[in-house]
Amino acid sequence: MNFKLKIWRQKNREEKGYFETYKIDNISPNSSFLEMLDLLNNQIICNKKQDSSPISFDHDCREGICGMCSLYINGRAHGPDNLITTCQLHMRHFHDGESIYVEPWRAKPFPIIKDLIVDRSSFDRIIMSGGYISVSTFGKTIDGNMIPISKDQADKAFDAATCIGCGACVAACKNRSAMLFVSAKISQFALLPQGKIERKKRVLNMINKMDEEGFGTCTNTKACEVECPKGISTEYISFMNREYIQSFIT
Amino acid sequence: MENTLKFNSKIPVSSLTHKWEDHKSTLKLVAPNNRYNIEIIVVGTGLAGGAAAASLSELGYKVKAFCYQDSPRRAHSVAAQGGINASKNYKGDNDSVYQLFYDTIKGGDYRSREANVYRLSQISSNIIDQCVAQGVPFARDYAGYLDTRSFGGTKVSRTFYAKGQTGQQLLLACYSSMSRQIGKGRIKMYNRHEMLDLVIVDGIAKGIIARNLVSGEIERHSAHAIVIASGGYGNVFFLSTNAMGSNASAIWKVHKKGGLFANPCYTQIHPTCIPVHGNYQSKLTLMSESLRNDGRIWVPKKLEDAVYIRNGTKKPEDIIENNRDYYLERRYPSFGNLVPRDVASRAAKERCDKGFGIENNDNKEGVFLDFSFSIEKYGEEKANELGIKQPNFLDKKKLGKKIMESKYGNLFHMYEKITNENPYNTPMKIYPAVHYTMGGLWVDYNLMSSIPGCYVIGEANFSDHGANRLGASALMQGLSDGYFILPYTIADYLSEHLTEKISTKHIAFQLSEINVKNRIQKLIQNNGNMSVDFFHKKLGNIMWKYVGMSRNHIGLCKAIKYIQELRDEFWKNVFVPGNIDDGLNSELEKAGRVSDFLELGELMAMDALNRKESCGSHFREEYQTKEGEAMRDDIHYKYVSVWEYKKNKPISDEIMHKEDLNFSFVKLQSRSYK
Repeated sequence: MNFKLKIWRQKNREEKGYFETYKIDNISPNSSFLEMLDLLNNQIICNKKQDSSPISFDHDCREGICGMCSLYINGRAHGPDNLITTCQLHMRHFHDGESIYVEPWRAKPFPIIKDLIVDRSSFDRIIMSGGYISVSTFGKTIDGNMIPISKDQADKAFDAATCIGCGACVAACKNRSAMLFVSAKISQFALLPQGKIERKKRVLNMINKMDEEGFGTCTNTKACEVECPKGISTEYISFMNREYIQSFIT
Repeated sequence: MENTLKFNSKIPVSSLTHKWEDHKSTLKLVAPNNRYNIEIIVVGTGLAGGAAAASLSELGYKVKAFCYQDSPRRAHSVAAQGGINASKNYKGDNDSVYQLFYDTIKGGDYRSREANVYRLSQISSNIIDQCVAQGVPFARDYAGYLDTRSFGGTKVSRTFYAKGQTGQQLLLACYSSMSRQIGKGRIKMYNRHEMLDLVIVDGIAKGIIARNLVSGEIERHSAHAIVIASGGYGNVFFLSTNAMGSNASAIWKVHKKGGLFANPCYTQIHPTCIPVHGNYQSKLTLMSESLRNDGRIWVPKKLEDAVYIRNGTKKPEDIIENNRDYYLERRYPSFGNLVPRDVASRAAKERCDKGFGIENNDNKEGVFLDFSFSIEKYGEEKANELGIKQPNFLDKKKLGKKIMESKYGNLFHMYEKITNENPYNTPMKIYPAVHYTMGGLWVDYNLMSSIPGCYVIGEANFSDHGANRLGASALMQGLSDGYFILPYTIADYLSEHLTEKISTKHIAFQLSEINVKNRIQKLIQNNGNMSVDFFHKKLGNIMWKYVGMSRNHIGLCKAIKYIQELRDEFWKNVFVPGNIDDGLNSELEKAGRVSDFLELGELMAMDALNRKESCGSHFREEYQTKEGEAMRDDIHYKYVSVWEYKKNKPISDEIMHKEDLNFSFVKLQSRSYK
């Protein structure tokens, strides 16, 4: 397959970015999107005359679980397929000869580092503000089976816990809201008995931090749910809102 | 080769069951008011490094943690799927500390340390409790208690899991605990940083040189002790199940500064990965071993059927039961599809080498992993439960699929996205791929390398898995090292090095920094014609062909020669674009890592050449039984091979020492899974 690629290039955070056009031919429909970019980079590197540097993009595990890859492809976070990350996207989802636009996540709390790489450390700072259970990691605790948890409850907590922190929810949202990400963590812990003790403090701290980092609010368009590679439901946002209100009631 | 003892494993002398308890009582302590003045560097933030960083800062030490990813939450431990072992006997199948210990020793083909493995087995139970307390959403049964499943190489159900995302959930718990400490300022986190050298002052580890991958700046960091938790080196094969960034640079720099390297040739080949499908491919994807609980592995019995399947004229469903060869059940009736990974991998290779492979790729390599039996069985059970009388085939299939989905849904989804085939309806295609490296830096019982003050934990060390790693034991070792062992043993060292904080202006830091900068300059100014990936792929091909699933004398000699030639070619002809002060430069990062792999690869081949026996994942074709099973040689090779780098000499001049392995608790037997 042959493609025309329009890729966002930006030297660093300060400099202005622009789209650059590339051509790539003979791509197997079974190759992944990132493998196609590897080949393009190889083409750029081997064609030294062009005075063009390879395209920087984030990626690591390439099996859809680390959350490092990003890319806004043809106007959609993680491209034109559902329930996947960019590294799981394969070229068979595109038409031969198609023009493909590739951009970084666009959100103020995710400043661009270079080309398609953005800085998502704001997510880390939200977790630091309370996305944990304050148990000592170094001591004796009770036997795991002393805290029975119903299967339904455990499954629900698990579904919330599947968030990989990729930031697609933010990229997909017109308000740049991080509520799906934050609500997933809050729900996971609030649903488990171990997390209940700190639940009021946790929801307040995390929501405050989220606002402080400059993420927008939720207006229920559910774009985040559509683009979430792990299919996390916006029900957790409602759950978080209830937690938030309850945290004021003593 | 010499055999002078240059190291002391410090294994306590008391009885095996009391070693760890007795040893702990002799370890020296650091008073809480002193801990705040002590700085510890942790390189790598996966399960081992993350757990260590969280625990050490919890105890009051100042921690500096480094990872090359944008966040500690991305470490490749996140991708572990199947589960984590612990001997809790919740299922009442007679599991015990001894059973887990025995399975692990036997699984490692009697090439691991008895004392370490026993300790691991003892601690395993605490790990589960700790993780439950941290909010890991482990699978539960209907009564609300923790659920378990079985893994290869064992006859009990001791693997705790969170669907197919156990690694992710354990890592996120670790990362949460770390985040809490980062928030308090007790851990200083250095994301997107890479360790490029170990700094040694008067023979002891005192710091590291790191590169800020965003700005490109070279930084000096000093500390009272260094903990290396940088994971394994499977990416030396280019195609592997490791993350793209996983690298050996940190451990390799330690090795070149005097850290002994143990058992480099032990690489685990995992039997259930998606087969290679094209030469553009960048990595391989693992399908959890837990699938073997509910899948039967087969290839066609007739050669012509294999050909039909490969060229697409027949589907697996068209091959009738009698014409299928369930080769694992045939060869190993007592363990069947649950034999250990090395056994399952070799058996698949044997069938494909004979021409029965079913995947339409260059090497015709692939076998089926078939779930139709389990789907039907579960469907029937569910139908009985629901009181459906005489359920038809389609009803059973529908009900069964639902049960499979609840167990392995995310794995099936992942498979379908990559291959475009639905494993609920047609068997998965799988083939072995490089997964985990059991070798690594040599450590003593306290997890300290041969360089004082430099500790090595998790996959980066060599100690617990022997020649083969059983499933669900990597997560166990990482967390056990990080949460429960290192925090005790490191205090013993620190108590005697309380005041020795070294300034980063020390000459040793200056020299190290100059070396690092020179190397980067050399790479950037080389101006050759080939990309880094070109060399990495070439190295990978050599490694897989000659140092892969099976090895022989001639092949290994060839590998050593080819790697040396390729390394020369690399330094002559590699092209790394960009300038030194450009900042972020992925090609430069890769170039540094590949240059290290080009040295480590040679050592792996040398180690494999030395070990004239077959054990665990190391299969030397010259040493096998008539039935094709591995032939171990305990008389001559019951040792850990420990390699010493000679400063400014080529890799081929490395000296091998031996650490003899003593087995007092288990009797050495030939490993049989028949």
